[in-house]
Amino acid sequence: MSTVIANPSETHTPQRKLRSMLLVFISTLFGAPASIIIKSAANHVPQHVNWFAALIAMATNLPLVAGYSLLGVSFFLMTLALKDGELSILYPVIALTQVWVTILSVWIFHDSMNPYKIVGVGAVVLGVGVLGRSGK
Amino acid sequence: METPVESMAMVLFGSFIGSFATVFLKSGAQRLELNVRSVVTNWRLGMGVVVFGLSSFFFVLGLREGQLSILYPMVAAGYIFTLFWSRLFFGEALTKGKFAGIGLILAGLILLQFGNK
Repeated sequence: MSTVIANPSETHTPQRKLRSMLLVFISTLFGAPASIIIKSAANHVPQHVNWFAALIAMATNLPLVAGYSLLGVSFFLMTLALKDGELSILYPVIALTQVWVTILSVWIFHDSMNPYKIVGVGAVVLGVGVLGRSGK
Repeated sequence: METPVESMAMVLFGSFIGSFATVFLKSGAQRLELNVRSVVTNWRLGMGVVVFGLSSFFFVLGLREGQLSILYPMVAAGYIFTLFWSRLFFGEALTKGKFAGIGLILAGLILLQFGNK
């Protein structure tokens, strides 16, 4: 396994690391609407049916397919980001998606803002900052 | 609303599988050049997409029932798995900063889900 996925080149120059962080950041901007659409569409996937019926219901659910298309864009940008930079730093940054989801929910769907959400958003942003500085 | 054990198991299993998807993606991305041939013949990327899709399938199944405030942080458990795979497969350092950062992110995600109740 290690020969299959060994690291062929070390490419951790500061500019490339910054570019990677930026790409992950942009990928979360696509991931947030994808997440909102997929979550709401998943509610329409029938419960208490077998896995095959569930799979068919998912594949024929247009909003779900649209959500996954947006997720595909987000996925593509994430892949470009992973070309350089550390996986252990870049991957958790995807959690920013939930920050955008929270902001979008308040802004567009007029969900209420509350202390849990404010502290939660703060903790995720702070965590991403700490991670970003943790690289070599 | 009760959170069924099967839902928790499916979500945790999904995040476990998903953490391997990131390993395939990273190793594929490192070999990626931006031309069609390079993308199409990159089986590691393909595996990453397939495994990621599989993990999403378990997420959607698991998230149908139960409380998101309990289930969603389990999705994020994948970050912790990924931290160890990064060390194992890519030799990335396990630093206090990474644990602290991921800890803050997990705490933040749990709070966000409480706020969404």
